[in-house]
Amino acid sequence: MKDASRPMIEVCGVSKFYGSFQALADISFTVSDGEKVVIIGPSGSGKSTILRSINCLETIDRGSISVGGMDVSSPKTDICKVREEVGMVFQSFNLFPHKTVLENLTLAQTVVRKRSKKDAEEIAMELLRKVNIVEKAAAYPAKLSGGQQQRVAIARSLAMNPKAILFDEPTSALDPEMIGEVLDVMKTLAQEGMTMVVVTHEMGFAREVSDRVIFMDHGRIVEEGTPEHFFTAPTHERAKLFLSQIL
Amino acid sequence: MLDNQSNHTPIAVGDGAAIPHKSDAGLFTAWRIAFFGSIVLCLFLAFGRPDQYMAIFKFVPDGILITFKVTLGAIVLAIVFGLIAGLGRISSNRFINGTASLYVEVIRGIPLLVQLFYIYYALGRFIKIPDMLSAIIAMAFCYGAYMAEIFRAGIQSIPKGQMEAALSLGMSRRQAMHQVILPQAFKVVLPPIGNEFIALLKDSSLVSILAVSDLLRRGREYASETFNYFETYTVIALIYLIMTLFFSKLISIMEERLNEGR
Repeated sequence: MKDASRPMIEVCGVSKFYGSFQALADISFTVSDGEKVVIIGPSGSGKSTILRSINCLETIDRGSISVGGMDVSSPKTDICKVREEVGMVFQSFNLFPHKTVLENLTLAQTVVRKRSKKDAEEIAMELLRKVNIVEKAAAYPAKLSGGQQQRVAIARSLAMNPKAILFDEPTSALDPEMIGEVLDVMKTLAQEGMTMVVVTHEMGFAREVSDRVIFMDHGRIVEEGTPEHFFTAPTHERAKLFLSQIL
Repeated sequence: MLDNQSNHTPIAVGDGAAIPHKSDAGLFTAWRIAFFGSIVLCLFLAFGRPDQYMAIFKFVPDGILITFKVTLGAIVLAIVFGLIAGLGRISSNRFINGTASLYVEVIRGIPLLVQLFYIYYALGRFIKIPDMLSAIIAMAFCYGAYMAEIFRAGIQSIPKGQMEAALSLGMSRRQAMHQVILPQAFKVVLPPIGNEFIALLKDSSLVSILAVSDLLRRGREYASETFNYFETYTVIALIYLIMTLFFSKLISIMEERLNEGR
């Protein structure tokens, strides 16, 4: 059941354990339609884990997560339906190496969305134009640079017309000169009103694009607020320390 | 760079015939000497010593055909068994996983010759099927267990991110396996499957004890009539050698083509 009054993504009291190690401790936040939320924090702080929990690539031990009114944590929910609506972009791109760039974009459209090959290809070419890589449509991913691969990966997730996209450190595996081209695509998406949750170390991007910054450490949300607040006057010592090291 | 998509981890190969590689110059030369040497030797025996050998070369070709039939039938069926059991081995369903693991463990623990006798006579006791088909099923059942391990390793060698990417696009596990994982795994398992094929070609000689007239059995039939044991088994060995060397080269060429493909 879709409930218009509920936020797009609702994370409520989520905890996760690896044995006795607590990876996530009582995490709660919401992302409303069209909002851009950036999650930052030191490595091992649980930011990727919570992101991956949203489309159920990780299971959670306590709490609940709902996406577009669908309860992700309930065993009754068809998890494929949730994943159809939420795109994901990975640090390591994860393009399908045995398929061309075009086929990477059309595969899920035809298999999951049941679009005709022709429709899927039209949509795919449109998106490749959008991420500015249309000339590589027939190439295999191995022939592309990291930045190009990541742009294709973003287009692949857009091809499913997701309501929101999760970015898991999308620029961390890239050479410095390629980070800009990927961030530009992400900024365009943000301007178009896409709902985005981004785990990143790109503070410039967080500051410029995000509506809200969530700072995590040791599996907890330490600080949450607007980028102006977070980058100029963070309240917590841990956040101050982190910023002083990274900026 | 975290880009580990294109270079799959090669998986360890077993004890089949060595598949020659282009880079492996020593082995390539050895292959050439053995292959052309045995062909020349065959020609010499057939035409240089026709009174002793010509009759053998005329008597055994029927058996070569049967050997091929058994090998091809068994490898195709073994791939089917192996794929099913291999998928079972990585299943999270405990019953399926347990059954597949049991199959692999039991079969790999019993000598092939014993299994051949067992399955052949066990099958013969309950249903009436042709001897050759029964031999093929017995061979395939055994090789399927080894093949299962190849498929399991091949599937597990595909980076985890591939499955995650497919799932996050809304594909079901089955769709992801079919569209994304297996096509990639196929490329990884092809060399070890080629090895199994050559091993199977050689092991197919075991079916000669099951009233199947393969190459070895034809040789035995000829030898027991003429008492020319030495001459007969020389020819039999040479023919097996030529066949395995030919196929190992063919597989290495196929593999090269496949690697050039991307």
